[in-house]
Amino acid sequence: MDNNWIEITGGILAIGGSIFLFLGSLGLLRMPDAYNRIQTGTKASTLGTILSLAGLFFFFPGWFGKFMILILFVLITNPISSHVLARAAYFTGVPLTRKTTVDQLNESLNEDPSRRAHLRKVSTNTEEDKI
Amino acid sequence: MIYVFYIALFFMALGMIFSLIRFVKGPTAGDRTVALDTLTTIGVAAMVLLAYMFHRFIYVDVALVYAVLGFIGVIVIARYLEGAL
Repeated sequence: MDNNWIEITGGILAIGGSIFLFLGSLGLLRMPDAYNRIQTGTKASTLGTILSLAGLFFFFPGWFGKFMILILFVLITNPISSHVLARAAYFTGVPLTRKTTVDQLNESLNEDPSRRAHLRKVSTNTEEDKI
Repeated sequence: MIYVFYIALFFMALGMIFSLIRFVKGPTAGDRTVALDTLTTIGVAAMVLLAYMFHRFIYVDVALVYAVLGFIGVIVIARYLEGAL
């Protein structure tokens, strides 16, 4: 009886994690902008991986060490890659979507033009999104 | 209880297909790189799931190494796009 409930909890967690992975990819397909895609593609997949690994831990508790290493690694590295990708996309002039209302980095760069030295192109949000 | 893993693998495969569509279609290089990152993350989760289904402990190590290599690849591609490499 106890074993059954442990397996049901693990199964719910594993399916929830895989649904989060699926929704992250769906957002990757449907979002209008490179920055929105970066956000959904990394945040939702981080939570999905963590939930899937936590669900599998209920089925096989002997792998706790490896699962903790994997969870910590995914939790640390996915935000870093998201940040680096968004930074590279912004500084190479990938256009923002036309629904953008505020671009605080652009305002900050306009106030202090010396920070613009390492930009190759200036980001503009006049180009049409080609999806 | 094995059907739980089949359902989870079905959703992961669907997510991988969507990421591949974005990887092929993406208008800029950033889109393609984030699609590759999402593919790597889903691949890690699917590999651990397959490790439990096949009872092969070595697949967890493979998933760990795959996660490290995917992270390093994304960082290198992003730095290259930025012109700092």
